Amino acid sequence: MSDEFKIEIVNPEKSFLSKEDVNEVVVPAFEGEMGILKDHISIISFLKPGIITIQAKSGEEKFYVEDGIIEFKNNTLSILTSYILNLKDIEKNKLLELLKDAEEESNKQEISDQLKYLADQKVETLKSIN
Amino acid sequence: MASLDDLKKRITSVKSTQKITKAMKMVAAAKLKRAQDSAEKGRPYSEKMNNIILNLSSGISDKETAPKLLSGSGKEQIHLCVVLTSDRGLCGGFNANIIKKAKSYFAKLNKEGKELKIITVGSKGNDQLKRLYGNKIIDNISFKNSKNANYFDAEKVGKIIIEKFQKEEFDICTIFYNQFKNVITQIPQAQQIIPLNTKSDDQNNSEDNYEFEPDEDEILSNLLPKNISTQIFKAMLENSASEQGARMSAMDNATRNAGEMVDKLTIEYNRSRQAAITKELIEIISGAESL
Repeated sequence: MSDEFKIEIVNPEKSFLSKEDVNEVVVPAFEGEMGILKDHISIISFLKPGIITIQAKSGEEKFYVEDGIIEFKNNTLSILTSYILNLKDIEKNKLLELLKDAEEESNKQEISDQLKYLADQKVETLKSIN
Repeated sequence: MASLDDLKKRITSVKSTQKITKAMKMVAAAKLKRAQDSAEKGRPYSEKMNNIILNLSSGISDKETAPKLLSGSGKEQIHLCVVLTSDRGLCGGFNANIIKKAKSYFAKLNKEGKELKIITVGSKGNDQLKRLYGNKIIDNISFKNSKNANYFDAEKVGKIIIEKFQKEEFDICTIFYNQFKNVITQIPQAQQIIPLNTKSDDQNNSEDNYEFEPDEDEILSNLLPKNISTQIFKAMLENSASEQGARMSAMDNATRNAGEMVDKLTIEYNRSRQAAITKELIEIISGAESL
């Protein structure tokens, strides 16, 4: 075993992804992007809308998430998220739809600062994918 | 005795009923498979969520500053009960069991002088409860249009509950649903979700020193609302598996009963046909003899 660790991504409907040969994961943590390597200290954090990048032996994969919680313990990274999409499978229409919803959300007047921040993040991320 | 024609009609009608119940059983069986699968697939999420919350809440030293969703509002006066039932009938004792469980809980609350508020999810529960508790029902949510239980719906219910909690409309929230054990057994459950029950007897992994980013409180206050939705989603998944299971066994019984009825009616039919023939023969013979 070299410097590989395990990752599990679950969403409420199913176990979304499980890999054993991950070298590095970059997650959009709430207070900024966070890279995780093997033997990282045990950590719990939550995510803002953004891109998860997984560098594995079998190749690099990118996912779009809207929210989530991550837990890293004993070289296992668990990501719980309610909405996740593989960037490869995203269709253009779907993306535009998401972007429209997010923009509407961020333009609302009465939302709290935190929600506004999250919505802005969403818009930014979606634009960068586009 | 009913005439031959009548009997014949009855046999045909019972047979066609049997066909329907048989078809419903098949459909329920197919749906059950799917519902069971998704219930199983949904389990890791709610388990992990629970674990993380347990870890977090054990890390919180000061209970006073803990989020209200965890520690409660400090009172136990107003109870909110969320009763999850199905939107369709013909599923045996499925809905009746939940209602029974809920009603006995309501009676207990009444006796203790607590205030009661009810939210029903699914139209069948609403139908049965509104006769006795009509004035207590503050909301009725129905997902007739969504085919399977999905997280989006659960989130909607969760949001309603949290909103009401923040307005201090209730102190304690309990959800009622059927836990799926197997096709014939579903156990009605009452689960308290606010304040959250964090007693953990078998988990001793709280020794782990986690690093939190941002701090525990903030993570917890973000996590707890999600946990409510997750718990409701879990209940919905269990419920839909239970519903299909209950329907399957109910329809299986109905099919069998119909079969028995057809057998009985056929015997009766043959007997009266035989009687008619015998009667005719007697008439012919006695007519011939009198000549």
